[in-house]
Amino acid sequence: MEVPYIIKEREDTGLINSKLGIWIFLASEIMLFGGLFSAYIFLRLAAPPGDFARWASELSVPLATVNTLVLISSSVSMVMAWASLKLKDVSKYKMYMGITLLCSLIFLIIKYFEYTAKFSHHIYPSSSTFMAIYFTLTGLHGIHIIGGMIVMIYFWLPIGNKMWETQPELFTNRVEVLGLYWHFVDLVWIFLFPVLYLL
Amino acid sequence: MSSEHSTESIQEHIRVYLMVFGALAVLTVVTVLASYLDVSTSEGIFLALIIASVKASLVAGYFMHLISEKNTIIWILMLTVLFFFVMLFLPLISYTDQVHI
Repeated sequence: MEVPYIIKEREDTGLINSKLGIWIFLASEIMLFGGLFSAYIFLRLAAPPGDFARWASELSVPLATVNTLVLISSSVSMVMAWASLKLKDVSKYKMYMGITLLCSLIFLIIKYFEYTAKFSHHIYPSSSTFMAIYFTLTGLHGIHIIGGMIVMIYFWLPIGNKMWETQPELFTNRVEVLGLYWHFVDLVWIFLFPVLYLL
Repeated sequence: MSSEHSTESIQEHIRVYLMVFGALAVLTVVTVLASYLDVSTSEGIFLALIIASVKASLVAGYFMHLISEKNTIIWILMLTVLFFFVMLFLPLISYTDQVHI
């Protein structure tokens, strides 16, 4: 069965169904991360004065700053991959999608070093309320990175991008929808960075 | 964003993407530098959240094309923001209630 309105927009919504679908999914994601940000605020309010700031000083600001720049770079390369398909330049698409994948891999590697540095100092989620919410938020965000990477790998490899040969418009729309998800993951990190590392 | 784009409009988009990328990189550095300012905790939180909101608006507006997106999506997001604030402030009511017990 063919999914309707995934190439041309529906007249009533003015949107393709896949774009409407991803935005509704992202709305649910706002509530998911919003709930955890809310938890962070109330845990911080209930903590002894200075407790969160003291535990946050255990984190590496330089590494997190590099990771922020890496994730912003991945976001711009993702949108460039989509723009390349719009310009019908599939080789540039593959290059930009490859850069996005590389950036997301670098992000995870840096995160791995951050986590293992904490574990080597015997700092775990159970160590403090701050560390519990830090590992929960960054762990959930990391799972989103991995999820995005799985889809990116599929669209980057011939098994996924062969659709460009037969249905270029549909493939371009799929990449746009993936991009919307990826920019949201970047957007969450934009708030996580100051909230966890700098305040 | 509509599926119809001319080559010129896409190339214009690309120029905008690169400018937004530059702005995001600069704002990231500004966020870090602002955290070293000698201000109170509440001022620091306010400053950090303002900069993060500007960065988030740039990503949502330009990379996610919200500035030229259909009203259907804008309404879904406005509804989500409303529910988000309800969720955020509901526990606050219980928190202030406990203070007065």
